[in-house]
Amino acid sequence: MFGFTVGKLLRASTVLLGVSFLAFIIGHASGDPVLLLVRGDATAEQKAELRHSLGLDRPVLAQYVDYLGHALHGDLGVSYRQHVGVAGLIRSRLPNSLELAGAAFAAATLLGFALGVLAALYRDRWIDHVVAALSVLGQVVPGFWLGLMLVLLFAVHWRALPVSGSGGIAYLVLPALTLALPTMGRMARLVRAGMLEALGSDYIRTARAKGLGESEILLRHAAPNASLPLVTQAGLEFGDMVGSAFIIESVFAWPGLGRLTVNAVLQRDFLVVQGCVLVIAVAFVTINLLVDLAYAWIDPRVRAR
Amino acid sequence: MSSMVLTMYRSRETRLGLILLTVVVFAALAAPVLAPFDPGAVDPNARLLPPGSVHLLGTDSVGRDILSRLIYGGRLSLTVGLLAVLISALFGTFVGCMSGYFGGWLEAVSGWLIDVQLSFPFLLLAIFLLGALGGGTVAVVLVLALGTWVNYARIVRAQVLSIKNLGYVEAAHASGAGVLRIIGVHILPNTLSPICVVASFSMAQAILTEAGLSFLGVGLDPSTPSWGTMLNDGRDYLLSAWWIATMPGIAIGLTVYGVTQLGEGLRELLDPRGRR
Repeated sequence: MFGFTVGKLLRASTVLLGVSFLAFIIGHASGDPVLLLVRGDATAEQKAELRHSLGLDRPVLAQYVDYLGHALHGDLGVSYRQHVGVAGLIRSRLPNSLELAGAAFAAATLLGFALGVLAALYRDRWIDHVVAALSVLGQVVPGFWLGLMLVLLFAVHWRALPVSGSGGIAYLVLPALTLALPTMGRMARLVRAGMLEALGSDYIRTARAKGLGESEILLRHAAPNASLPLVTQAGLEFGDMVGSAFIIESVFAWPGLGRLTVNAVLQRDFLVVQGCVLVIAVAFVTINLLVDLAYAWIDPRVRAR
Repeated sequence: MSSMVLTMYRSRETRLGLILLTVVVFAALAAPVLAPFDPGAVDPNARLLPPGSVHLLGTDSVGRDILSRLIYGGRLSLTVGLLAVLISALFGTFVGCMSGYFGGWLEAVSGWLIDVQLSFPFLLLAIFLLGALGGGTVAVVLVLALGTWVNYARIVRAQVLSIKNLGYVEAAHASGAGVLRIIGVHILPNTLSPICVVASFSMAQAILTEAGLSFLGVGLDPSTPSWGTMLNDGRDYLLSAWWIATMPGIAIGLTVYGVTQLGEGLRELLDPRGRR
């Protein structure tokens, strides 16, 4: 286990190095910050002087090492557009993103589990078909379109919830639901399949034979086994959610990291983009690492690979 | 062959999906004949008309016919998706083949690249790249291809690894076949079926991603009719003209359903264990 952990850690750090270098190179190639800073009538000498004072005339590799060194100390540079520290910007947006993702993830898991169990219990009845239709819908249309449709229904037609923005819990409902739907569908399908398999297995027959009540059989014997694949799926779903959050935060004007990144890309504020990419990649790699380690801990066979 | 088609046709979902896909592809091919209006024709007297008898699915903010734009948009969305799938399949298969067959540092480098790419959400990379490159059709195709080559590389590598030590490949070696011949004639044909399955799911992914990118305004040129750019148009009129944003979403949903069902059908067809 120790060797396995060290190997995974090493791998994760080289991957992070690669990601940060990629982000740096693309950010570098995407525009000249000097042109953003100077007035239109600046002379070539003034531009050169500014470039020198920002350290932008040094070799790319040296700039990268510098950037990385500062990043390790929590300094991600200063936004060329907004003239505030990038790290501060990210810190002010991150809690909002976590709130949205957390709510969506909880909703997706709980609802997905409940719907999956119901669909398996009432197999081929109307509720099973409704759950199946919901999960197909979540896979075949863009998530942000679902969001627009939910806005049309709940905010425009019934006027029950706000269209967009942030504030109380009412503002959280629609974006979280939009973000949760595709994941919920996939989880429901997994749980349904797992439940059907579990309900047909020998240990359930044994439990029935020894006279256990139906609810105890379901909750204590079938459901825990059916929810194991959920653990595997959860790691994959996180990545998917971070991805769709970029667009969904923009649709609902949710002040999170995704909207910050998208706006920064559109305004070519590349230090902000670079910082966001770095933070998201660190989160991603860490979660994948934790999932890998958790597997190895649960299932010794993985360690041998 | 006919029994294979029958196998695919047996599932009700696959049947529905294939019919939908055929309709969408046919509409895209026959767009000039089918579209009732010129998709770019602006009509100031017909702005924001709801669905009705003249404009079946209504008009947008400058009076363009939504149905005609949907039909032409399908052309663009399908072409972009298809090109992206072709490029990524070729590149991914090549990388997977090389790393699987030769191993060594090739395998190490490609494995690391795959890890790097999988360690952040692809949409972020796409937005980032398109922001740097500045959108456009060619850029979108390339970026979408970049997003899916990993799937092919992984699956082809696994296939090659399991095939290359089989008896018949060894026999080909012994009879003096060169590396190119062994890969091209003896190994690649056996990886084709999983490639086809991955390709149809990647196509679905490409259509959805294109819509998302164009919706954000970093994708296709806003003046060209694509389902994504139409969604972007409709977003500003969500409160006054619901049909502008609703219709392209339905078109995307039906198409992606068709493509994924094609993938499911192929998977069932090509995997003997799954055949009922």
